[in-house]
Amino acid sequence: MASSTKHYPNRLGIVGWLLGGRWGLERYMYTLHRVTGLGILFYFVLHILVTSTRALGAEWWEGAMVRVGHPIFKIGEFLVFAAFVIHGLNGIRLIAIELGWAVGKAEEPVYPYRSSLHVQRPVLIGVMIVAAVFLALGGWDFLQVTH
Amino acid sequence: MPETSLSNRTIDVYIRRYNPERDARPRWQRFTLAVARGMTVLDGLHRIREEQDPTVVFRYSCRMSVCGSCAMLINGRPALACNTQIADVASERLTLAPLPNFDIIKDLVPDLAPLFQKHRAVQPYIQRADMEEVEKPTGEFYQSPKELERYLQFAYCIKCGSCMAGCPTLAADPEYPGPMPLAQAYRYSADSRDSGFDERKVQAGASHGVFRCHYAGECSNVCPKGVDPARALQLMKRELVLDYLRLRRKRCPASVLRVPGEARRNPDVPAPPPYTV
Repeated sequence: MASSTKHYPNRLGIVGWLLGGRWGLERYMYTLHRVTGLGILFYFVLHILVTSTRALGAEWWEGAMVRVGHPIFKIGEFLVFAAFVIHGLNGIRLIAIELGWAVGKAEEPVYPYRSSLHVQRPVLIGVMIVAAVFLALGGWDFLQVTH
Repeated sequence: MPETSLSNRTIDVYIRRYNPERDARPRWQRFTLAVARGMTVLDGLHRIREEQDPTVVFRYSCRMSVCGSCAMLINGRPALACNTQIADVASERLTLAPLPNFDIIKDLVPDLAPLFQKHRAVQPYIQRADMEEVEKPTGEFYQSPKELERYLQFAYCIKCGSCMAGCPTLAADPEYPGPMPLAQAYRYSADSRDSGFDERKVQAGASHGVFRCHYAGECSNVCPKGVDPARALQLMKRELVLDYLRLRRKRCPASVLRVPGEARRNPDVPAPPPYTV
């Protein structure tokens, strides 16, 4: 029977990637993966725009180089590096998961339930440790270059 | 039951109210609740209805985590109200809201119709060339315990919608079927009695299909029955990739188990006692 009652839309939307509930670690990694991916894409577009100024002449190119020499772009470079590290390493984890290598076999659920999240958790922790090492090394190099 | 089990503790319960005939948008309403030992969220809602406000609307049926009707957002996490003790999740403040990613019908009641439509779309039933054997069985299909284990975990799903409420992909993509339907697509495709993978892969492998999942894992985190939809989705992806690469092992669906027929009883084995009922 068709209902004429007014329903209230309650879809969380993109806001739900961060808010709307009390979520687990993997869900925040999901959000971080998307944000870093979008950041890398933004950098790629910016990079194309900056390098394309060379086609307009040497003056345009040198002007662009002066602008990107601003300290805020140096911080941006480190953020791009961080996004690349996190997105790349987490991407390897996701490939392993999505090919069913890191989620384990189906098993009869016995309380307390042990899901595939527990199976892949060591991989996630390994990814976070390796990412932290890369970020520390990259951060050190970044500080050396800027000073 | 005497009130001796009541503790002296009272908590604030915030319920997200929405009356389509009166409210333009949902609003929070505060209640005060005396919490008894072992009191579930569903018990608390009943007490609020009986003692404070009979207009609070929620859905429930079995009261024992079987029907999946009472799923709601309890302190920011999808869970069954009948399966969640207040003392486990709240010491001073309990917030109750309808499951997100579903339209609200009234108060804590979500509209689960899209969930069932998406479930139906993945053809969640055994498909075989010899469907007459399914309709009018002459025997049992052979299935080993190992073959049963491949899908049994996913067969425990009660369709409560908790996984759909926790999925960030579904939150942003209404065309995405969601964890429950896709997990059920895998559940039937992994069943040794079934041969419907080629039909289901059209839906599961579509552009808004299972590859939209990037393992946020919240579906498995919140599942009240330990079904682990996230695992089912990843295993489905593997099947789809292997199928695309033509590496997926084709198998004939299980055949009917033949009974021994005209076997003769071993004279050394005594006959069973007569039936008593």
